Amino acid sequence: METARFSAIDANSTQYWILLGTLVLGALVGYLAAHHMDVEGHHITGMSNQIVWGFPHVAAVFLIVAASGALNVASISSVFGKVDYKPLARLSALLAIALLVGGLAILVLDLGRPDRLIIAMTVYNFKSIFAWNIFLYVGFIFITAIYLWMMMERKMNRFSKSAGFTAFVWRLILTTGTGSIFGFLVARQAYDAAIMAPLFIIMSFAFGLAVFILVLQASYAWTQRQLGDAILHKLRVLLGVFVASVFYFVLVYHLTNLYATEHHGVERFILVDGGIYTFLFWVVQLLFGCVVPLVLVFMRPFSQSRHMISLASLLVIVGGLAQLYVIIIGGQAYPLVLFPGMEESSSFFDGVVAQYAPSIFEILLGVGGICLSLAIVTVGIAVLEFLPESLSDKALRLESVTP
Amino acid sequence: MRDTPDTTEKISTGRRHFARGVAALGGLAIAPGVFLYHTAGAKPDDQAVSSQQRWGMLVNTNSCHEECDACVTACNEENGVWSLGRPETDAQWIRKLNVRDRQTGHVTSMPMMCQHCEHPPCVDVCPTRASFRREDGIVLVNKHTCIGCRYCMMACPYKARSFIHEPLEDQLPHSPRGKGCVESCTLCVHKVDRGDNTTACAEACAEEGHDALLFGDLNDPESEISKRLEKYGGTQIRADLGLNTGVRYQGI
Repeated sequence: METARFSAIDANSTQYWILLGTLVLGALVGYLAAHHMDVEGHHITGMSNQIVWGFPHVAAVFLIVAASGALNVASISSVFGKVDYKPLARLSALLAIALLVGGLAILVLDLGRPDRLIIAMTVYNFKSIFAWNIFLYVGFIFITAIYLWMMMERKMNRFSKSAGFTAFVWRLILTTGTGSIFGFLVARQAYDAAIMAPLFIIMSFAFGLAVFILVLQASYAWTQRQLGDAILHKLRVLLGVFVASVFYFVLVYHLTNLYATEHHGVERFILVDGGIYTFLFWVVQLLFGCVVPLVLVFMRPFSQSRHMISLASLLVIVGGLAQLYVIIIGGQAYPLVLFPGMEESSSFFDGVVAQYAPSIFEILLGVGGICLSLAIVTVGIAVLEFLPESLSDKALRLESVTP
Repeated sequence: MRDTPDTTEKISTGRRHFARGVAALGGLAIAPGVFLYHTAGAKPDDQAVSSQQRWGMLVNTNSCHEECDACVTACNEENGVWSLGRPETDAQWIRKLNVRDRQTGHVTSMPMMCQHCEHPPCVDVCPTRASFRREDGIVLVNKHTCIGCRYCMMACPYKARSFIHEPLEDQLPHSPRGKGCVESCTLCVHKVDRGDNTTACAEACAEEGHDALLFGDLNDPESEISKRLEKYGGTQIRADLGLNTGVRYQGI
């Protein structure tokens, strides 16, 4: 295959500036919401001493997990040698950096003392997976940026394979770290499970690819560039495989818990009588985030439609947010068990399911982070040569496929 | 110009008197502090805490009355933990926990607070080392380096920690607190360092005549807490986690 021709998109259109303006405005509103939370204190949010991590964490963890997954498309070409994916590698790396920056911005702005970020950057407790993650996240941005440079600078192309391999290994460690934030919590019934790390890795594959497909489709449709069926349907099949894998890991997680009597309480809570969390698990995460996308990407006539691929990707994202909501907030809502088998009560909400509803400020902060990520991509593709001029089957020398 | 021997002698005497006066005054000023310090048996400020002590608490739930919350009130007053009328976000350093056996209906009441673990999960997970354990076993939060990430609250098996959700006023000098940081029971570290050899909650419990709380040095075989633990034994809550808590319970 010949090397694809890349070029920056034309930013001299009203639509482009409306899009960028909207995204920047969204990010700015998110920042202002965070600033208000910082001044007033977290009591204006839905968070409490029971639910200490709320919606901002759901959005941030989603973006961070999706970031490492978005890099997969590049890894498939450089690590696994699938040259068909090579023209997509630059966008894949840009999206990975952008999503991570958005996620980290949310995490930092939700701190009780965001002004003390410098302490987090200079004082480390190496027994803390959080401290490790600071290294992993910053390192990921750095390594992915170098990988991009190797890909985009012709003289450095020969190093791009090894840079891509390093980035791939790094991203696996990074998502292991993100999953371990929960996996290492020994005291909580819903966490304390080694499967959290591989579960988060496979979640990242699915969420990252779903975001990638949507960004790819949107950027090609809005710039009138050609996006061929062949490459899109390769991504479609890959998305289906990843979504099915997520389902498998979720199944194993719950089956393992259901086998152990000590976890019956939390399983009953999530699967049967957890109210919003049970609804989110069965309806949003499993039905709309898993079953429907699988039908859309694997069954005719849906699988032949580009709109259905977009819809499937969108549903994977919505299902992913629901999954993280159930894991992060549902896991905290179920009370800590101090005395197994006993009923506990106190003025500090022992033994009762914690109540949580995200405040507008939390939602604005979460959405602001997503807007920041997309704004970075929007600026990036207009400034540098991230997108191939054509991804048509002919340009890619790919056989036209019939889905 | 050179001084004659007479002048030098005069000046020297004057200086000597002055120096003596200053020394006497200074001595007079610090003497009570030094002696009182000695009487109280406190650790001098320049002496680091040592692992020779392991401060801990023994809770006898058989003596703890379900309706009594004197320990909670005393802790709040001692440390300035005021309620802001929002139970979900108000800080609680110590709380009364009632535990009911589903089978028998038996209810046990006990105070619950930071268990001052030997291997505290909060210290393990804290990214900035703001959560730390002193050599003498007291687990604290450094309010200067806590970034308010709340990971320690996720990790604590005892729900012992509170996040400060709003600006605070009227904090007490010995108990620094502030918005955006996490805090928990300090085992009245200011009283321990002062040599009080007790905590506000234990004092209040004794005043109520219940004597359900006993503070002491777990490393000293002659201490009351060690003797009682040796004679009657004590249980750790969530002992399965292997944290070796400094707070032990009897009657659970």
